[in-house]
Amino acid sequence: MAANPMYQFNVYRIGPEIKIGEIDISFTNASLFMVISTLAILVVFNLGAKKKSLIPDKIQLLSELSYSFVSKMISDTAGAKAKPYFAFIFSLFMFVLFCNMFGMIPYSFTVTSHIIVTFVLAAFIFIGVTIIGFLKHGLGYLKLFVPSGVPIILLPLIVVIEIISYLSRPISLSVRLFANMMAGHTMMKVFGGFVVSLGLVGGWLPLGFSVALTGLEILVAFLQAYVFAILTCIYLNDALNLHH
Amino acid sequence: MKKIIIYLYALFSFNYVAISAETGGMPQLNPEFWFSQIFWLTITFGILFIILSKFILPKIRSNLESRKSQIMENIEIADNQKTKSEKNLKEYDKIILDAKDNAKKTFNLAKEKIQLDLGKEREKIVSELNSEIEDAENEIKDLKKSSPEKISLIAVDTAAEIIQKLIGVEVNKSNVSAIVSEQVKLMKGK
Repeated sequence: MAANPMYQFNVYRIGPEIKIGEIDISFTNASLFMVISTLAILVVFNLGAKKKSLIPDKIQLLSELSYSFVSKMISDTAGAKAKPYFAFIFSLFMFVLFCNMFGMIPYSFTVTSHIIVTFVLAAFIFIGVTIIGFLKHGLGYLKLFVPSGVPIILLPLIVVIEIISYLSRPISLSVRLFANMMAGHTMMKVFGGFVVSLGLVGGWLPLGFSVALTGLEILVAFLQAYVFAILTCIYLNDALNLHH
Repeated sequence: MKKIIIYLYALFSFNYVAISAETGGMPQLNPEFWFSQIFWLTITFGILFIILSKFILPKIRSNLESRKSQIMENIEIADNQKTKSEKNLKEYDKIILDAKDNAKKTFNLAKEKIQLDLGKEREKIVSELNSEIEDAENEIKDLKKSSPEKISLIAVDTAAEIIQKLIGVEVNKSNVSAIVSEQVKLMKGK
């Protein structure tokens, strides 16, 4: 069973079965890695925030660099109005990044390789952004679907396209992250399987590929977290500034 | 696809039946633990967001801000000190220039004074020398004036004595003097 490259994505119960009514909310390996990621983020950033030296040490520098990195990302894409949402985007970026990175440890579980997790995050962002948009602009938020400078003849078509693209945002956002994670991990598993099946003679080439893929996957893990966060910023920018 | 729709229907109608994980295919599409994942995601992400936004991020922000303000303060202080030191340097330069000027002036003054004193002294010495030279010249003149008479007197005496010794005759001095004066007149006439 372990040779099946999809086996690594299996979710299984750890500990007893917990049920609320009919709903199963048992603690699983996915939950375990969510908890581990959360704790890791909290520990790292708590350590980084505790020290207040003028010249930071490594962990303080790490947390402060992350802070200014996310802060710059938000102000670049969504402007100054997005400042109240900094904490959310920071948590989102860190959560996705840490989940992706913990997934890179062999025999661990990648939380973000599950569509339900990424979809819940994306749907939450989508609903939140839509609510913010309507709160800020009222019904004027619907202007988002009517780009300025479009000929009237094309307008019905454009509006339909805009609405579809707006509604597909949570799907594209969640599928992008989920598919990247799943594909990368599957590929690594496949190449790992090749190493075993080709043995000492032919196994070296896929082993090299595995090493290269690991590097690539670490890059992708960071990149996808970044993309997830920056797309959130862009959606937020649409809701806050509405200049289409 | 039909299966998924059935699963979704099962989920949302809360008539959820446990489905084995051994269905094959993508475990992601097995809804057995979807609610569990949603539940734990909400809890962990919620806790993460609350703790980060309430406790950790404000601390990091205040750290960054205090560092920024401290650096700005230090830069300000450094700037102030720089301008101050530049001012001081200018003052010192001015003082040194003034001192140089003063030294030059004093030097020139002293030089003039010395030259003046030297001139006075020289004049004094020259005038003293001149008066001395005059005195000496006067003396010489006096001597010159009186010398012919003395010489003639001596000559008269000497001549009288010589004549006495040679001939043993007492000569009248007036005669001798007449001859001598005649001789002197002859010499002078030469």
